[in-house]
Amino acid sequence: MQNNNSVWQFFASVKLALVTLFLITTTSIIGTLIPQKESVEWYVSQYGPKTAQLFAVLDIPDMYNSWWFISLLFLLGFNLVICSIDRFPGVWRQITADGLKYTAERIRKMSTSKSWESPDPSSAATQKMTQRLNKSGWKTAVKTIDDGTLIFSQKGNWTRAGVYMVHASILVIFLGAIIGYLGGFKGSVSIPETMERDRIALYNTREIVELGFTVRCNSFAIEFYPNGMPKEYTSSLTILENGQELFTQEIEVNSPLKHKGITFYQSSYEAYQDFVITITNKTTGEQKTFISPFQKQTEWAEEGIRIGIINAKALGQSIVSSKIWFSEEDGAPITQWLDDNTTATLDGTDQDYQVSVKQMYATGLQVAKDPGVWWVYIGCGLMLFGLYVAFFMSHRRIWLLVSNTKKGSEIIVTGSANKNRPGFEGVFDNLASELEQAS
Amino acid sequence: MDSSQLLGITTFTFLFASFLYIGTLVFKAKKLGSLATGFTVVALLILTVGLGLRWVESYQMGIGHAPLTNMYESVVFFAWTIIIFYLGIEWKFQTKTIGAFAVPIAFLAMAYASFAPINRGINPLVPALQSNWLLAHVITCFVGYAAFAIAAALGLMYLCKTSFSGRNDTGKSKEILPSLNVLEDITHKSIIFGFIWLSAGIITGAVWANSAWGTYWSWDPKETWSLITWFVYAFTLHARYTRGIKGKTIAWLSLVGFIAVIFTYYGVNFLLSGLHSYGSN
Repeated sequence: MQNNNSVWQFFASVKLALVTLFLITTTSIIGTLIPQKESVEWYVSQYGPKTAQLFAVLDIPDMYNSWWFISLLFLLGFNLVICSIDRFPGVWRQITADGLKYTAERIRKMSTSKSWESPDPSSAATQKMTQRLNKSGWKTAVKTIDDGTLIFSQKGNWTRAGVYMVHASILVIFLGAIIGYLGGFKGSVSIPETMERDRIALYNTREIVELGFTVRCNSFAIEFYPNGMPKEYTSSLTILENGQELFTQEIEVNSPLKHKGITFYQSSYEAYQDFVITITNKTTGEQKTFISPFQKQTEWAEEGIRIGIINAKALGQSIVSSKIWFSEEDGAPITQWLDDNTTATLDGTDQDYQVSVKQMYATGLQVAKDPGVWWVYIGCGLMLFGLYVAFFMSHRRIWLLVSNTKKGSEIIVTGSANKNRPGFEGVFDNLASELEQAS
Repeated sequence: MDSSQLLGITTFTFLFASFLYIGTLVFKAKKLGSLATGFTVVALLILTVGLGLRWVESYQMGIGHAPLTNMYESVVFFAWTIIIFYLGIEWKFQTKTIGAFAVPIAFLAMAYASFAPINRGINPLVPALQSNWLLAHVITCFVGYAAFAIAAALGLMYLCKTSFSGRNDTGKSKEILPSLNVLEDITHKSIIFGFIWLSAGIITGAVWANSAWGTYWSWDPKETWSLITWFVYAFTLHARYTRGIKGKTIAWLSLVGFIAVIFTYYGVNFLLSGLHSYGSN
């Protein structure tokens, strides 16, 4: 599209793209040097009230979401759109250009060329040449001209669009980001073991969002390496809808749970001073789980027993082992040390019980809904493909001019490539020799 | 013999190879050049065995993971990719003088890894790092960094050469260093190569972040600096393709780009805080 409107020219210019890239690059640095999303008081204490006020005016504390930074990104996107609309028709003409429209005179003037004589008349030579070209994967188009024939063949004409694929990929990524911003959310929820939640709090606004279903945390566990570093955080989550259990899944960092477009990521945990006690009557198989605060008795009335944790050993915030106190109505109380999250048998006077004790945790989940993420991924894939095409593939064209002479015919082969010309010269020389041998 | 001894030997072999390359450059001694290449190849082999051994050692410790998880391991891997990339260029363009600028970078990286006060132990992986994306992300990024390191070395050679021949057209540098056109061509190709790998590195990082935290981009300082680096090279490529800017400007931009790489890689971990803080121990 040739548009001489000066506003159009401004937005279509590469100069604008370079200036915008430069501005985005330099301003991005600010947010890496000045910590983001801290409280107003923090900026005042770090930089003084006047600077903090200046920051507030310029949206520095959250600069990547500020109007001016988003505007710069939009300007880049807009520039890409206009620039592509402006230039693509020209490229499209090159992609669809008919090589048979080249005149014999123009072909004779091309620098990459080779010519030889053939005893065959032009019609027979043309047939041999097209067959040889087809054999090497070059599809041919033939046109009869004044004193012979013109053969045209090309490869990779579409690769001229490579750079536009890259530009389009950036727009697709922007589109994905916008879809995610408008149709998604990011928040978090903390669920104590055995409890369930059906709503979460959003990060930015602290707004409460209904999930439309319920998540229960069955259990949470931390594993440690021998040196004390955390090895894995694992939560067992169950999804419920209308009181019905749909499915249960274990999640870890890097392996989230997804339901109805909402994803739950293991992100943190909270350790409580309470204990989760699971106790089973070994005879009847009857089982019950209690939340038992430290040094408080809990009663299982149906079985007539009381149980509690009277002492515990901790490593940091984590309980390593705990001392259970267990009493039947008519027996002497038993006490026993038990490692966290292991099972032991308590020999009661009437019944034997199996009991396991673990420290109670709340799992901290990040909750995200992002309907745009697949657009972002498609954009990323398109970008890598486009970069490869733009830098490593070229549009290669071959012309053969076969003209009748007194002894037979004269064959001139010429070629051109829009990129990597030295590489093409090699390909061309090989092909020209093969063609000469075939004639 | 354990991996750290092999990596120590590599450091000194790179130092020796650097001297040989510089000697080749200064004395125009062809035989010295073959020796330099020989030592570099040997150093690369020892380094490869060392990295492999470190990988095996981590499995013997019961915490098996690729040796790409802290600053020490990443610097060693950086040296490894630089040398592979450099030897590829030496072979393809049949010139040894670039080695005088490229191999010292690998030596400096190894020297930093060996002597700086950083943790050289093999540590278990924190939960966030336990992902198949770790390998893809680190390898793509470092192939890109290596290409940019070579581009910067070439840019420096270009600037050296222009400043020498500016004073004296018949200067020796004319014969010793490759021609300006060749230097510029390899710089450009290295930048293109690095740009694609950096793009892949940023993308694999984004996919990983999304699978770990549900956010593919959070303007964390490391992410932002990688994007800044990407923009510097995007700017360089556009300046060349659309405005025909060549020569000294591109050479300078290759240096600016590499400063951005170093800051993304190293500076962010030590000067700024963020998601990649585990890289700083």
